[in-house]
Amino acid sequence: MRKDRRDFLKMSAAATGALVAGAASAAETPVTADFSRAYGVLVDTVLCVGCRKCEQACYLAHSHCKKDPESLLDRTVFEESRRPDECAYTVVNRFVDPDRPDRNFWMKAQCMHCNQPACVSACIVGALTKDWRGPVVYDTWKCIGCRYCFLACPFDILAYEYNNALDPQVRKCTFCHERMAEPGFRPACVKVCPGGALTYGTREQLIDLALLRIKQSPEKYIDRIYGQHEVGGTSWMYLAGVDFAKTSLPEPGDQPISSLTETIQHGVFKSFVPPLALYGLLGLIMHSLKDNG
Amino acid sequence: MNSKFETLPVRTKFFTRGTTVVAAIAGLGIAAYLYRVFFGLEAATNLSNAYPWGIWKTINVVAGVALAAAGFTTAAVADVFHRERYHVLVRPAILTALLGYTFAVIGLIADLGRYYNIWHPIIPSMWQGDSVLFEVGMCVMMYLCVLYIEFLPTVVERYRNRVDLPGVLAHFNSLVESLLEVCQRYLVRFISLFIIAGVVLSCLHQSSLGALMLVAPTKMHPIWNSPISPILFLLSAIAVGFPILIFEIILVSRIFHRAPDVSLLSHLARYIPVLLGIYFAVRIGDLTLREVWPYVLDGSFPAAAFIVEIGVGVILPLLLLARKRVRYSVRGLLISVILVIVGVVLNRTNVFLIAYEPLYASSRYVPSLIETAVTVGLISTLILIYRFFVVKLPVLPRPPEPEAVSPGQAESLVTPMKGE
Repeated sequence: MRKDRRDFLKMSAAATGALVAGAASAAETPVTADFSRAYGVLVDTVLCVGCRKCEQACYLAHSHCKKDPESLLDRTVFEESRRPDECAYTVVNRFVDPDRPDRNFWMKAQCMHCNQPACVSACIVGALTKDWRGPVVYDTWKCIGCRYCFLACPFDILAYEYNNALDPQVRKCTFCHERMAEPGFRPACVKVCPGGALTYGTREQLIDLALLRIKQSPEKYIDRIYGQHEVGGTSWMYLAGVDFAKTSLPEPGDQPISSLTETIQHGVFKSFVPPLALYGLLGLIMHSLKDNG
Repeated sequence: MNSKFETLPVRTKFFTRGTTVVAAIAGLGIAAYLYRVFFGLEAATNLSNAYPWGIWKTINVVAGVALAAAGFTTAAVADVFHRERYHVLVRPAILTALLGYTFAVIGLIADLGRYYNIWHPIIPSMWQGDSVLFEVGMCVMMYLCVLYIEFLPTVVERYRNRVDLPGVLAHFNSLVESLLEVCQRYLVRFISLFIIAGVVLSCLHQSSLGALMLVAPTKMHPIWNSPISPILFLLSAIAVGFPILIFEIILVSRIFHRAPDVSLLSHLARYIPVLLGIYFAVRIGDLTLREVWPYVLDGSFPAAAFIVEIGVGVILPLLLLARKRVRYSVRGLLISVILVIVGVVLNRTNVFLIAYEPLYASSRYVPSLIETAVTVGLISTLILIYRFFVVKLPVLPRPPEPEAVSPGQAESLVTPMKGE
């Protein structure tokens, strides 16, 4: 898979070069920042008991829709599979282990806060940015509402206020970044989690903790930290007791989603040489054919 | 201006029965547009978090821009490569492109959640060089300006030294007159610089439109998820440029009861099978290298959509236009270019709607009534404005002298439309 994509990159870089009169040089490798010190959350689905308190805490911290907070603890919602929407930045879903149908497990879904977010790369005006501390932050004021970020997101996590005619916003988990500077900060959902299923810390600490749990209880955990490598790594990571293929998390591969489009963009626009070269070439043709017409 | 390339305003009244029907459809479209503005996207569209892009982006913007390729392809052939005989087609082509892009932007405004921020990409502090959409946006904006400049000579030629505004506006006659003088002195004289810029900008954004969906590599159907999609988009845009122009000229000839210059159109049509052939060969090579043929033959809905796209929109017109007999008959030409146009629209629809497979969708996106009404209404409004321009300004070529067309030929070429 990865080899294929590399070949695609080469092919497209070469083809783009041909397109603009061979002026495009070889594509640059994107600089990968080290995110080990950035903050993240480890979601341990083995410890999650499906109480939905994280959903309630998230609502109370951000409440921009009218809801009864008590209704958010109703566990009958597990009958249906749900997705985060413009009123709920996070939702918990119940899954059944097909090998052990007597056992349920629960999984919280929210923005993964990717290290190299495709939505940030896609955004036409830079309304989405990656905070060096971890969160992917949305700036309503800049946004034009084109929803290109929705196409880019490999986790399909974004929600739009389609019902708002004048001032619609993109809605997603904020990582409670607006309170991040406060002493002893933890996101609202992490603070309320009763079973220790959510842990806040630096990416480095969380990966160490996850590896430790897998090592101590290999019978409980699958030997994989989801989010450690996926799409170039994510700030939120998952541990599970069953194969991740049996959950609703996708398998987007380890390559950052936007690497191909960024290679093409930077190839075509390197110092504006290719467009200017094409301009010069056409000008030359126009001039030299002038009297032959 | 050489009289050989003379263009004239069409001598006819603006309103006929046909125009009234088109105006009524346009009115419905404008009502639907206002409905979206006042009641929002949820009330007006079937868009969702799973399907954030619908026909307003796909048909109005992406396909609209592709079909406006007549502007830069004709300018390239007639002005850059100096194939002077096609010069008479440049003005209709530029007008088509100008209206096509203008309506793409109007369609985009309907789709944007925060349309009042549409100017944000111009502001340097918000420039985002990683974004394919940023490049498309900037190029389209600049090209739109270039198109208006390229159209200026037509306006200057008609009104310079002849400005005569009605009523109170007559006070502004001398002001408008000096404005036209400035245009003549500083823009029309340097028009070549803008013509080349138009071709470069078109190449850039026509290809970048093909890169847009590459930002969703994990959610695209393998048939269309090609890393050379930008090249395919550029090649198909170039291939559809002349078909759109030929379609337009034949249609306009019928509506205004003129005989189209068949020899000119047939000569232009020679390029189409070549350009379409190049596109087809690259497309087949791409599918083969990426080893996605099994997906073409798996009997699924996307596979069927692909087969129709290529069969009806590429192979069939390629076979038709390769024959001289088809190229020299107005009907054969018309059918073939319609197929090419349909093929490109199907391709854009397939890439942006059919190939997009969201992770958690419960049902497929189908456009709502309002969405369809806005799209159809915008196309109707475009047709009305086109008619207005060709009646007021010297856009269309002077009709051939009666003796230039033999009586028998003229009969077979012109089928007058009833009700005109």
